[in-house]
Amino acid sequence: MAEPLLDIRGLKTWFKTDDGMVRAVDGVDLHIDRGETLGVVGESGCGKTVTARSVLKLIDMPPGRFEAGQILWQGRDLIPLSMDEMDKIRAKEIAIIFQEPMTSLNPVYTVGDQIAEVIALHQKLSRKQAIAGAAEMLRLVDIPNPERRVHDYPHQFSGGMRQRVMIAMALSCQPKLLIADEPTTALDVTIQAQILELMQEMKERFGMAIMLITHAMGVVAETCQRVTVMYAGNVVEEASVEALFGDPRHPYTQGLIRSIPRVDRSAEKKQRLEAIAGTVPNLLDPPLGCRFAARCKFAMDVCTQGLPPLKEVGPGHYVRCVL
Amino acid sequence: MQVHRVSRQYVIRKLLIMIPSLLGISVVLFSLLALAPGDPFDELATNPAVPPEVRAALRAKFGLDDPVWMRYWHWLIALLQGDWGFSFVSRMDVSTLIMQRLPVTLIVIGASQILAIAIAIPVGVLAATRPYSLFDQVANTFAFIGFSLPTFFTGLVLILVFSIQLDWLPFVYRADIAATGWAFYWEHIKQSIMPVTVLGLFQGAALVRFVRSSVLDVIRLDYVTTARSKGIGERKVITRHVVRTALIPVVTLVALQMPIVFSGAIVTEQIFRVPGIGSLLISSMLANDTPVVMGVTFVSACLVVIFNLIADILYGWLDPRIAFR
Ligand SMILES: Nc1ncnc2c1ncn2[C@@H]1O[C@H](COP(=O)(O)OP(=O)(O)OP(=O)(O)O)[C@@H](O)[C@H]1O
Ligand code: SF4
Ligand SMILES: [Mg+2]
Repeated sequence: MAEPLLDIRGLKTWFKTDDGMVRAVDGVDLHIDRGETLGVVGESGCGKTVTARSVLKLIDMPPGRFEAGQILWQGRDLIPLSMDEMDKIRAKEIAIIFQEPMTSLNPVYTVGDQIAEVIALHQKLSRKQAIAGAAEMLRLVDIPNPERRVHDYPHQFSGGMRQRVMIAMALSCQPKLLIADEPTTALDVTIQAQILELMQEMKERFGMAIMLITHAMGVVAETCQRVTVMYAGNVVEEASVEALFGDPRHPYTQGLIRSIPRVDRSAEKKQRLEAIAGTVPNLLDPPLGCRFAARCKFAMDVCTQGLPPLKEVGPGHYVRCVL
Repeated sequence: MQVHRVSRQYVIRKLLIMIPSLLGISVVLFSLLALAPGDPFDELATNPAVPPEVRAALRAKFGLDDPVWMRYWHWLIALLQGDWGFSFVSRMDVSTLIMQRLPVTLIVIGASQILAIAIAIPVGVLAATRPYSLFDQVANTFAFIGFSLPTFFTGLVLILVFSIQLDWLPFVYRADIAATGWAFYWEHIKQSIMPVTVLGLFQGAALVRFVRSSVLDVIRLDYVTTARSKGIGERKVITRHVVRTALIPVVTLVALQMPIVFSGAIVTEQIFRVPGIGSLLISSMLANDTPVVMGVTFVSACLVVIFNLIADILYGWLDPRIAFR
């Protein structure tokens, strides 16, 4: 099999705080192949954002630090790279968009300037050409009047439009991988669908891979080929979308799937939508053994004795559970 | 990168707002001075050689016995015609007197502000980008010391060291320098060094801490992470995306501190005997020379208001969200 585009192995990104070491990402394995969309799901605080930012080394160090693991980008480990070397990969090969379109753009520059900044740097163009390129990108993400809008400031755009600007900026150097960290969570439902559709369209056009971080299992089912489920800094299950929804093996994944609101369910069933009881354990002092044990109805003694390994239960389907 | 253009309307609006504030300030100043004890004719009154009729005639001529509002009105009308009044003590027009003194003060204040900003921005930014590093701690300590020491103290220390011990710099500022050409400028620079340093370091110390905290506020914002993710390099991230925004509140602070700078300048001018409007103010206060006191305070008020206007315009220029409102 061809080597994956991105291959994260045993990544541990920890944060040193006054209270002790926060093990935000504590042994994450995931990989993304060329042109595929990988969904990364998990509750709040599971370490999805830290994983995503680790890939581009956008973690503040200190307090953060890479404790262990490798981030192989086309076979080359990014962890030992200097920031100058990372700058050649950022935007050009791996781009990222964030959850909060309202705060992700600099308020004092026009959106055109901010997009042109990337274009001019990585494609060695003049400012004027870069602004024209920025307008072209805005047209691509369906912003009306792009020639005029390039000269507008972020506060003159709505949230959904700003996320389009972010996408335009991220795609302006035609990266091989787009990391989208909950790109639609902050948006209205109707806008969410439009942004996801736009991402899909862009993916078809540019052929890049996408790492889509989200809370929403429904979004995963619609847009992804494979899914990695994270829980408390670990990967607990990895599978193709069909396998994950058809045959979820980890009790946590089963819980997540049961908590999806479904339109086809009848009204009274909808109310019995199950949320997983309990909360994500403290990452300061994570429990020994399976981190889900405190919330798992199948928990047994063996579960708490050591971290269960990721084991293959089907082709490309891995689960971290003793069951 | 392109800068945001401030609309002309915005500037005109701000200019129009200046008029009522200056009028208000002048009313308050005038009333305060009218209430203050002592008047320029005190000396005449105790001088037995001046007959009472002459004194009364003089008082009438200068309108000293009119009600306050009438005197204010006369002062204002005259001012609008460019007449700032007459100094009984110096026997000169107030405007001439002020114009003799103002340039020195403006140069000292301007140079010290430039010095303060030139120190505070790089030091504050460097300290904030390396929080709790050795550099940060040293910078913070110096800023704290600089801010705590009063200007008259640092001024005296500088005089002791550089004028008395080392004899490098003159400790009395002289307006009548005989030299010409380059030597003339060199003498002026030499005698300005200490007053400018004292004022500049004091202002700079306060600014460093402000710049540092402003940069720290900005550096953790999302769009800075976005900027880093673009691969433009940390230096550009800091200069283009962090410093540029972090300076917006600094501009306001510099403008708001102008009154403090002026009072600091008064003290400094006294220490170094700088013949600026600060020393003019003190001497005319001691001599009960009310028209000059009024003139100097009003000029200072105008300068403060003008600095505020400049800050407003700069603010609108630096922050595109402002002028659109
Ligand atoms: N700079 C930091 N210092 C200390 N702890 C941190 C830091 N950044 C993240 N963490 C911790 O890492 C853990 C994982 O956070 P992360 O943001 O990756 O979660 P997430 O899965 O993205 O959650 P969400 O769905 O809410 O975005 C959290 O417990 C968080 O408190
Ligand atoms: S390992 Fe045990 S506790 Fe953990 S998910 Fe599986 S059954 Fe539940
Ligand atoms: Mg997150």
